[in-house]
Amino acid sequence: MSHEPLIVLDAVNKWFGDLHVLREVSLTVDRGEVVVVIGPSGSGKSTLCRAINRLETINSGSIRFDGKELPAEGRALARLRSEVGMVFQSFNLFAHMSILENVMLGPVKVRKESKAVTRERALSLLDRVGIASQADKLPVQLSGGQQQRAAIARALAMQPKAMLFDEPTSALDPEMVGEVLDVMTSLAKEGMTMIVVTHEMGFARAAADRVAFMADGQLVEQAPPAEFFGNPRSERARDFLSKVLQH
Amino acid sequence: MDVFSDPANLQLYIDGFLMILKLTGASSLLALVLGLLLAACRVAPVPVLRAFGAGWVHLFRNTPLTLVILFCYFGLYSAVGVEFSEDIHVNNYWLAVVGLSAYTAAFVCEAIRSGINTVPLGQAEAARALGLTFTQNLRLIILPQAMRSVVAPLGSILIALTKNATIAGVIGVAEASNAMKGLIEARGDQTIAIFLVFALTFVALLVPVGYGFTALANRLMVRR
Repeated sequence: MSHEPLIVLDAVNKWFGDLHVLREVSLTVDRGEVVVVIGPSGSGKSTLCRAINRLETINSGSIRFDGKELPAEGRALARLRSEVGMVFQSFNLFAHMSILENVMLGPVKVRKESKAVTRERALSLLDRVGIASQADKLPVQLSGGQQQRAAIARALAMQPKAMLFDEPTSALDPEMVGEVLDVMTSLAKEGMTMIVVTHEMGFARAAADRVAFMADGQLVEQAPPAEFFGNPRSERARDFLSKVLQH
Repeated sequence: MDVFSDPANLQLYIDGFLMILKLTGASSLLALVLGLLLAACRVAPVPVLRAFGAGWVHLFRNTPLTLVILFCYFGLYSAVGVEFSEDIHVNNYWLAVVGLSAYTAAFVCEAIRSGINTVPLGQAEAARALGLTFTQNLRLIILPQAMRSVVAPLGSILIALTKNATIAGVIGVAEASNAMKGLIEARGDQTIAIFLVFALTFVALLVPVGYGFTALANRLMVRR
């Protein structure tokens, strides 16, 4: 790994009204690194993830992507977002478009790429995530696992510099979790820079370069997965792991 | 019923309803375009546009249409001097279209805005995350889904507009209700028959519109 920072959060604070959801969060993610963010519900993991492409604004601190401060709004922000792929818990495929149209939309409308070129890339991405045969169907006709894989293909079609996953398997039936995690694991192996908010400890162990543990809006500790799961330093992390790993 | 066996009376009846269709046709197109723009204003991230959209809706939705049409004649035309044509009939027609459109656009806007609220927030977020601008988001993601969910209410607005077109009569446009009034004044002995013919013609025109829009709404519904 090059140790060239791609995403840098510095002392980020965020309030929802009186609720302090991100407290002085500082996190650096290098190019090609896979950081898995875990922690109890309400710990600020999703907010952290969403702040990186400014779906949530922050109250203080700074977030830099690829050496540049996040733009506040307008075209510059749209351009930044086009370089950061995002996968949501609820898939959010465009309901009125076919799977193929979903995947082609970004490159065609944001990047102004030709339809022919985009179509080819979209089909090969759908093939890669294993749903090429579903290209012409509407999202509602696919299973949850298939929809989420389509959503990953849609994000990858923009050839992003990094991918953000906000609890990508939390809305899936258990038997479909594996197929989505497989796609994510292969992405990680190919060197995609990823921030993954998840409750899948197995994925964290297998695919993460680093685990970041959050609780009550704070980034409590970060360590390589073997170290984190084998020997968590903080009391908070030990407590959390004892609860999630028991079952 | 022999009132309609007189060719001149029959022509009055036919011309009256043709005028209703002409008023409705032009006004519905203008109201749809204007309503879409107003709805876009109402959800825009720019406060001035939101205030403009809200102001329009509050003003026109809460003013009687008769007043709006009378204003178009006495205000826009007589006082301000807005003139569409030298021909008084053509001019009055367009003044009525302006009034009907401005009034109906307020209702179209609110229908579309309620349609926008039926589109899950995640759709707009996913579009923003891809790098789509606000206008692209609205045009490609939000409105196509919102419009499909407001087909039925837009049908109701179109039906209301068709009936409201009779109010153009107050500034002398020769539409159906004026024709009816003329015929009743000429043939007081057949008032009920004349009234029924006009009323049932409206019903016959508009019942299919209602069914048509319901069928369209079912076919276009976005499945989630």
